[in-house]
Amino acid sequence: MRLRLNVMLAALAVVAVSAPVSWAQAEIKVGAVLSITGPVAFMGEPQERTLKMDIEKINAEGGVLGQPLNLTIYDDGADASKARTFAQRLIQDDKVSSILGVTLTGPSMALYPIAENAKVPVFTLAGAIQLVEPIKKWMFKIGHTDRQACSVLFQDMKSRGIERVGLISGNDSFGNSMRTQCLGMVDEYGIKIVADERYGPRDSDMTPQLVNIKNAPGLQAVLSPGHGESATILTRNYRQLGFTQPLYQSHGVASHGYVSATGAAAEGVRVPAPAILIADQLPEDNPQRAVALDYAKRYQERFNEPAGFFGAAAADALRLFVAAAEKAGSTDPEKIRAAAEQLGPVVGAAGIYNLTDTDHLGLDTSTFYMSEVHDGKWRLLGPDE
Amino acid sequence: MTTLLHFVFSGLVVGGIYALVGLGFTLTYDAMRIINVTQAEFVMLGGMLTAVLFGAGFPLWGAAVIAILITIVVGLLMYRLTIAPAKEDDHVGLIIITFGVAIFIEGLTKVLFGKQMLQFPPFSGRESIPILGINVQPQAIWMLVGALLVFLVLHVFQTRFLSGQAMRATSANPLAANLVGIKTSRIIAMAFGISAAIGAIAGVLMTPITLVRYDIGILLGIKGFAAAMLGGLGNPLGALVGGLLVGLLESLGAGYISSAYKDAFAFIVLIGALTFLPHGLLGKKYVERV
Repeated sequence: MRLRLNVMLAALAVVAVSAPVSWAQAEIKVGAVLSITGPVAFMGEPQERTLKMDIEKINAEGGVLGQPLNLTIYDDGADASKARTFAQRLIQDDKVSSILGVTLTGPSMALYPIAENAKVPVFTLAGAIQLVEPIKKWMFKIGHTDRQACSVLFQDMKSRGIERVGLISGNDSFGNSMRTQCLGMVDEYGIKIVADERYGPRDSDMTPQLVNIKNAPGLQAVLSPGHGESATILTRNYRQLGFTQPLYQSHGVASHGYVSATGAAAEGVRVPAPAILIADQLPEDNPQRAVALDYAKRYQERFNEPAGFFGAAAADALRLFVAAAEKAGSTDPEKIRAAAEQLGPVVGAAGIYNLTDTDHLGLDTSTFYMSEVHDGKWRLLGPDE
Repeated sequence: MTTLLHFVFSGLVVGGIYALVGLGFTLTYDAMRIINVTQAEFVMLGGMLTAVLFGAGFPLWGAAVIAILITIVVGLLMYRLTIAPAKEDDHVGLIIITFGVAIFIEGLTKVLFGKQMLQFPPFSGRESIPILGINVQPQAIWMLVGALLVFLVLHVFQTRFLSGQAMRATSANPLAANLVGIKTSRIIAMAFGISAAIGAIAGVLMTPITLVRYDIGILLGIKGFAAAMLGGLGNPLGALVGGLLVGLLESLGAGYISSAYKDAFAFIVLIGALTFLPHGLLGKKYVERV
């Protein structure tokens, strides 16, 4: 008798627990592991805002395949091992059909094996080329690679007759990766690295390294792959030491935040920039112009801050996911992944993506626009500048 | 020659920051024999509050003064609310409390003022000043002179003023100090207040050079601790010398050996000091009486 009562209670409990699930409205679960706090909070925060803003918009307009998107975001604080744990949680507990954003390269690499195992596509927003080369079946990358940045920068140097370059890179994964890529392609462009210095991502002074670069014989330009406040400090140190050579930085500083934080010292800094930064200067017939301006306008109105690359990358990840889900007509992760490879060109705010089964980046350097800081603003450089 | 001068000056300026953090460690260590991990958060608070107030329209000097005063209040509150009720605990317990307060302050700053890096303009412009053939940021001179001034004021206070002497007496022997009528709890509270002020001043001086964010405390704390250990914990002169030495080692190491291992030099020194010179270069040898 007692046993039967227990069985009945257990059965009731099962019904009670499972009932809400079956009653709930169908929705598409998506997730993201962003670095919202920590040293790259300036990247993760706009990404978080963008995903929330754009998903709100999509849901208000009827959702995807008639279902609303339900977004879960975890903050890895730029810590790769936390990113792994959170990816596990997204996949096992939250049962997401895709991961629409990982801020950094380290966390992306750390969580990939879990996503691959569970067969869930990951759209990473991080920079390094290792994320898509060799190609990873379940990972797509938004935004240009550091390798492409080097090639655009070296191309610009070559066209200005610059050959002897001093390199100073951050000692973090971004700086290390871009440094390796740049060093690997110097011969292709006939560039000679005359100094190769490093700095810590939290350093408050880079004068000693820059002095060594300045002393390098025949120096014609300085290239610095970096981002965040160390890029600001480096730029100020650079001006303080009175360099006369041009300063090239990476796409890591291609933001309005860098220009306003650095002030006058940033004048003349040259970077490869994605469309979002100089969208208003693109010619009217550029397909990215309208897409980027629309996103920039909504972001500015909502958060009262200019939009930048990091947020735009998240917007593009969401854009690709939505396009893939609609093409697949399904929220099944495998079908979304397969559909993403057959989308054809998708115009985004940070690039025009053409994902295939052999190219999970789908970007070429034609959407990477050489720009410079001019009167406190980013200015699109013409072909001969 | 100018290369060496660049390295030395850069090292001295960075070292000045470490020295001020180290000075703060020294004061609370003297008063209670504990390492107050919150010290570096005082630096962060000084910089953050000044930046926030300046952004809200206060004149720079006014923002700085208010920021320093608020930080002093935070230091005093920290003593009253967390350290004083637990002062019978052993040192490990107290240090863990200071860890908790540090994390609390960092979290609260993040929530109140956001995660972006903040800054305010240097006191006297960005126009480099040529000194001995090298270009120097004016703020770097402020930083260096400020560190020396803070040290001198503290030194005069501790040797010439009654409450400063009472502080040293409390440090040397709390029981005896109590017996001769010194209110040791008030003295310890004062040590917390002064160390908070020193931290905030460091934050105000360095932010135009280094920028400030809610989470800069950790690394600064480690470097400042290295400075205090190298010079000798509990000795203000030691903290000053230690800080400048750590800064110099970093910049000379980065300049002449390898910039990839810049942070490692400070830590190698810290390990060396702990192993071979546990009392530091200028530290007193405390003898435990049984």
